[in-house]
Amino acid sequence: MAILEILVYPDPRLKQVSTPVEKFDDSLRNFIADLEETMRAGPGGVGIAAPQVGRFERIVIVDVSSKPKIPHHGHLVLINPVVIQHDGWEVGREGCLSVPNYTGNVGRWEQIRLSAQDQWGNACVFEMQGFEARAVQHEMDHLQGLLFLDRLVSRRGSLFKRKVYKPAVTNSNVEKD
Amino acid sequence: MEFMVKNWFMLTLVGQDGPGIVAKLTGVLHAANCNLGEASMTRLGGNFTIMLMVEFEGVAESLEKTIFPVCDSLNLRCHVDLIEGQLHRHVEPDVRISVHGADRAGIVAEATKVLAEAGLNILNLESDVGGTSNAPIYIMHIEGVASKGIEPLKEALAVLDREVDVVTDLSEIEILRG
Ligand SMILES: [Zn+2]
Repeated sequence: MAILEILVYPDPRLKQVSTPVEKFDDSLRNFIADLEETMRAGPGGVGIAAPQVGRFERIVIVDVSSKPKIPHHGHLVLINPVVIQHDGWEVGREGCLSVPNYTGNVGRWEQIRLSAQDQWGNACVFEMQGFEARAVQHEMDHLQGLLFLDRLVSRRGSLFKRKVYKPAVTNSNVEKD
Repeated sequence: MEFMVKNWFMLTLVGQDGPGIVAKLTGVLHAANCNLGEASMTRLGGNFTIMLMVEFEGVAESLEKTIFPVCDSLNLRCHVDLIEGQLHRHVEPDVRISVHGADRAGIVAEATKVLAEAGLNILNLESDVGGTSNAPIYIMHIEGVASKGIEPLKEALAVLDREVDVVTDLSEIEILRG
């Protein structure tokens, strides 16, 4: 295991679009372990994407379980993630490991349905909402070479409504077809 | 040979709004080798207002000499303060509060007094008067740090709702870092 170096804006590599993962082997899983360690080394990090450490493959890790009182799926490794459905819109505050000492308001879908693969290549589907859905969208933006800076909305006049969590449609991690 | 120290100054400019003020002002500052920091410009009651951090090699008097001509030409009143400030000192808010209601004297003083007592450190406050001149409404948004936690603020707002006849809303700001 190793802590990897995080690319910091305005490094032009953060704009690179990542390619799908095709080989689900030990080298992939070793990299994921390093990526995870890197995420946990930063203060308060709830997600990380492979391109943030210079590996331009569609891999993200999200874990919002440290936040109290919100629905979540625990520790998630999402490979080749795709949002297949979304609903709602909400503005919230974001920061980024690749953008030190700045946070800003960003609009995100409030609920998403997501397909992805796990680190062994198994297909999974997740329903998620709120903070966890926001984290996944933030990380997936990195795969497209986008940062939250590309989506900022003005602090002035952007209303935050009190958040009410709806029960998730399903909590199952793996969808049986 | 003279060595000048670089200092941060706060420039405060107020005047009649018009097109191109920021561009003209920052053009002059740039030409004088100033480095710009954080800034907040807004139109208040139809007036142009800006507060701007400027790093300048020299003393306040020479910065004033540099910018007074452009201020005169733009009809702006200008104030220069030497400040202790630095960049990269952001404090992140953890709570956002909005208050609205019929506009009347004392609404801000009452609201901010109970919030201060409940531990709120205000980082950003924006307020507006809307409605009509016969029936003005007051809208205020505050972002701040809940130094005593969220609960005392909720209690303070409940008192405001009840006793001051305003509508308040509190949302916690959960910053996502990823
Ligand atoms: Zn990020």
